[in-house]
Amino acid sequence: MIDRDQVLHVARLARLRLSDDELDRMATELSGILGHVERISELDLDGVEPTAHVIELENVLRPDEPRPSWRREEVVDPAPDPASGSFRVPSPQA
Amino acid sequence: MIKERLSADAHEAVIGLEIHVQLSTRTKMFCGCELSFGDEPNTHTCPVCLGHPGTLPTINEQAVRYALMIAAALDCDVPSRNEFARKNYFYPDLPKGYQISQFDRPIAVGGRFEGVGITRAHLEEDAAKLSHVGESGRIHGSGASLVDFNRGGTPLVEIVTEPDIRSAAQAREWAQLLRETIRQLGVSDVNMEEGSLRVDGNISIRPGGSTRLGVKTELKNMNSFRFLERGIEAELARQRELLATGEEVVQETLHFHPEDGTLTPLRSKEYAHDYRYFPEPDLVPVAPTEEMLAEAREALPELPAARRERYVNEVGISEEAATRLAFQTAYAEYFERALAAADGTSAKGIANWVTGELVASLRDAGEEDPLGSKATPEALAALAGMVESKRISHGSGKQVLAKLVAEGGDPEAMVESEGLAQISDTGELEAIVDAAIEAEPEAAEQVRQGNAKAAGRIMGAVMKQTQGRADGGAVQKLIREHLGS
Repeated sequence: MIDRDQVLHVARLARLRLSDDELDRMATELSGILGHVERISELDLDGVEPTAHVIELENVLRPDEPRPSWRREEVVDPAPDPASGSFRVPSPQA
Repeated sequence: MIKERLSADAHEAVIGLEIHVQLSTRTKMFCGCELSFGDEPNTHTCPVCLGHPGTLPTINEQAVRYALMIAAALDCDVPSRNEFARKNYFYPDLPKGYQISQFDRPIAVGGRFEGVGITRAHLEEDAAKLSHVGESGRIHGSGASLVDFNRGGTPLVEIVTEPDIRSAAQAREWAQLLRETIRQLGVSDVNMEEGSLRVDGNISIRPGGSTRLGVKTELKNMNSFRFLERGIEAELARQRELLATGEEVVQETLHFHPEDGTLTPLRSKEYAHDYRYFPEPDLVPVAPTEEMLAEAREALPELPAARRERYVNEVGISEEAATRLAFQTAYAEYFERALAAADGTSAKGIANWVTGELVASLRDAGEEDPLGSKATPEALAALAGMVESKRISHGSGKQVLAKLVAEGGDPEAMVESEGLAQISDTGELEAIVDAAIEAEPEAAEQVRQGNAKAAGRIMGAVMKQTQGRADGGAVQKLIREHLGS
């Protein structure tokens, strides 16, 4: 079971602001999801490799060859607060 | 109180290191943007390394190759599969809200390097660079930050050691050996000032003899080897003081300030250690093949550790000299060239001159690269030969070396023109020693009474008289004969 405090904790980590109603709803929904996972956990999976990926592929690698980067104006100008060719943001430590 | 303080002093340091190595690939870890250093901000970015929605990362093959070379050099096991994982946290230097790293399935595990266990090594991407602008110019209290994503996405290998290190000095020495080895691999610039090599420390103390680990702190921002040692010293002192006064060490991350040697806790990023790792769904696992592993092994040059072994076993010099040479590549090359030029002079003699007087002379002259010095390996070999064959004294040799470093030239000619030939003739020395004993009656009396150390004063007088040209061994023998000690 996921309680309201845990929902608040996760929401804070994800930078989400939830209303009281949403907190209750999320607690219910997340509990349901975890309940489902717990049911799956009951399966005997000894000796079964964990599935990291649903596609049976490995070693998909890219040669180390440069490709053109984007022009600075293209990436910086659309930002909410461009400054000196950089992205200006509120200081994380302020 | 005093008793407690003493017992706190008897505490043993337990140190593990985390080393971030920026790989010198051409492109970033997960996109084709070129790596750069010092370029205009945000000129090496694309939607992938800016974390735009809908973009997909692709793994840089060369970064995997370099990581496998590091794994081989650190004697690590390479598991059959490794996987990338998302490490989730919010910070402006991380545009996706997570860093692609490796978690429970790193590329390398369980190695050993120069007496210290390697827990693991994994691949990940570097964060962007934040410059804090604001009233103080310091992190705290500043209003805004500028983000430069040029560095964001640079391939990193993070190496994590076991807590096997027992002192700040050992941490520094070990990290220097590691840096030289990685430099030899050619996979990184390993420049601490520029941040291509970053070393953090996990530090705790415990009562001597205990095997339990104490509460550890994490120490950051030691951007030179000197600061690494000083930072760890400062933190060990702080922890000992806490224990001595009956307080407890709190687990936290500390920031070292090189300007004044102080430590301040980093304001804990709220919930920062709740990273909620999960497998990166956009990347498939890497399963290093036999071919990839063989290729990595074959790409290894002669590593410093192997070179040291060769110097000890085949060249026949001491382990200490061999370590000093092998882990400073330029000096090793200098040594090998001098050895090749030597005409019957012992390898030991040449090694001593290179690791001792040459290092000191270059330091005095403010030079760093021995191979660029005016004192050529051939000249040093000739010089070492003249000292070994007692044509000149060790002291005169030092004078010649200082001159070689300053002006270059031929040591033989210098000895001739400056009249530095050693005085070994007992008859000639006898008179000088007699005079010195007369001039130092107090020291002479002490030597007679069995204080051999006092002979140094007489030796000094002889050397002064001969401008360092006297054969030290012969003088010592004469002093002993005359004073019967």
